[in-house]
Amino acid sequence: MDENKELLMRMLRLMMLIRAFDENVKVMVQSAELVGAAHCYIGEEAVAVGACAALRDDDYITGNHRSHGHPLAKGGDVRKAMAELLGKSTGFCKGKGGSMHLADFSIGILGESGIVASALPVAVGAALGTKMQGKDRVVVSFFGDGASNQGACHEAMNLAAIWKLPVIFLCENNQYAVTTSFNESVAVENISDRAVAYNMPGVLVDGQDAMAMYEATTQAVARARAGQGPTLLEARTYRYEEHSEGLGRILREPYRTEEEIDAWRQRDPIDIHTAMLIEQGIATQAEVDQVQSEVATAIEEALQFARESPYPAPEDLFGDMYADPIPMP
Amino acid sequence: MPEITFVEALNQAIKEEMRRDESVFIMGESIRGGIYGVTGGLSSEFGDRVIDTPLSENGFMGAAVGAAAVGMRPIVQSLSSFMWVAMDQLVSQAAKMRYMFGGQVNLPIVYRCGMNYGNNIAAHHTDRPYPMFMNMPGLKIAIPTGPADAKGLLKTAIRGNDPVMFFEDNNLSGVRAEVPEEEYTIPFGVADVKREGSDVTVVALAGMLRRALAVAEALEEEGISVEVVDPRTIVPLDKDTILKSVEKTGRLVVVDPAHKSCSVASEISAMVAQEGFWTLQAPIQRVASLDCHFPFSPALEKLVFPNEEKITDAIYAAVA
Repeated sequence: MDENKELLMRMLRLMMLIRAFDENVKVMVQSAELVGAAHCYIGEEAVAVGACAALRDDDYITGNHRSHGHPLAKGGDVRKAMAELLGKSTGFCKGKGGSMHLADFSIGILGESGIVASALPVAVGAALGTKMQGKDRVVVSFFGDGASNQGACHEAMNLAAIWKLPVIFLCENNQYAVTTSFNESVAVENISDRAVAYNMPGVLVDGQDAMAMYEATTQAVARARAGQGPTLLEARTYRYEEHSEGLGRILREPYRTEEEIDAWRQRDPIDIHTAMLIEQGIATQAEVDQVQSEVATAIEEALQFARESPYPAPEDLFGDMYADPIPMP
Repeated sequence: MPEITFVEALNQAIKEEMRRDESVFIMGESIRGGIYGVTGGLSSEFGDRVIDTPLSENGFMGAAVGAAAVGMRPIVQSLSSFMWVAMDQLVSQAAKMRYMFGGQVNLPIVYRCGMNYGNNIAAHHTDRPYPMFMNMPGLKIAIPTGPADAKGLLKTAIRGNDPVMFFEDNNLSGVRAEVPEEEYTIPFGVADVKREGSDVTVVALAGMLRRALAVAEALEEEGISVEVVDPRTIVPLDKDTILKSVEKTGRLVVVDPAHKSCSVASEISAMVAQEGFWTLQAPIQRVASLDCHFPFSPALEKLVFPNEEKITDAIYAAVA
């Protein structure tokens, strides 16, 4: 398989993996196997997958509460992700983080933050550190349209710009902060327009097209690695599900129309990527089906691994609080 | 031993650690110019490792977390009052990150928090917020009471692998005392009995330690023997030294410049009431700032925080 096809098929596989992962999450929330909050990434897969395809293994990412897609796109182990969602000791974070806080520092996943813009300053600091160390790693910070209105977002962008840090601010504009439209909460037409205020490039990208995401991120990464500073990418995308699983049972007033959801489903990121592969003769339908089948197996294995894994023990409660432990009550 | 000021001791600790370890760097507002004195002479020696930040406290205190996560050892200089601006990063990231991610990452960060009170600068710049951070697991908290402790504790903070809130009482800035010339550090979680006594234990924090020592000296002439204990760090808290002292004296006064409700004085009092109750011969006394903001007017401000008269009265009440 040539290099290009390998990359494109890997992107397909990762999008399918994230989709299947979150389709399972929906079921697990409904059956109460999964407790707590879960925010599905269904519909937005091309953003993380396209962006992470442009990264090296030693590059860093940070993310937010919609936390499943980013680490899987960066190469995180799907078994550890599933185990973390079930609060098991074999999870990424030994069950202490859960659905909103996946992280794997060994492969540059510096953690997903439940406070929406809170990881942006952290991303800037990682970039500052890596620059001071004389390395050429870059940091991609995923955040949403809602987070773009938090002060931390603006402080982080200004810091990265004045210090010319290798950060790619990747706004996943899925149109709604829970139920509030970004059109009602952002004064400019595009969130990417705000880049002007920080003297950095601002690029609006089709977030349903993994290749468009890959190409835009590749350019931003090249700029960052060359020491030319940060870029703001706005990926226009859409979440098919509610803000969090189960929220639909609580909401009483519609905030978006079925027509709108259907229109976005017509531009499904996996369909778009698959169609491109087949139309350009890069892959056959049989190869695509094969990937789908492998993904289903991987998810089954991850579920089995997670279900069979032990919960953390009571004596693990105080563990991990401090690197240099102190007496606990 | 040479006598140096509190500020000079902090400056020495930072310089020595920056020379010792290239991953140590310092950032804050107007620090290259040496605001508050502590960072004087650093930028000429360490260049790019001394970073002036914009007035974006939430941004740069969070950036310290990210830098630490990739292997740096940031020191952040700021004022206690500006910690409010950065609470999201201090709490959601610095304090919680290691635990929430299952111990995958160490965050060796020192947040140096200057504390002002009694300087007629009104409520917005007058804060002693360490009790609030004591209520947030994941942080360690040091509160030096003089130059030698300041240097030794700061070096331990910089060399440690956890986020440390390092509260510097700015009323001590010009205080001069002997500091060892040779290399030394002071471990966290080890209280220091600054003065031995047998009638009453006074646990005093930050700038209140000097006042407690002055009171102890004065009361000696009246025949009251006061033991003065400096916890040095409140997370971890050296409970044993405090409990042993109370076991000896049977009486406890805690002096804390923070507001009284839910102060460290409250926590230490509760701890002793629970774990040392049967050694007590009198009710515990808390001497802390009144639950009132610091007013600008000098006529009113001096009423708010503890002074030698209040400490003396509390000791009289304890030994009565």
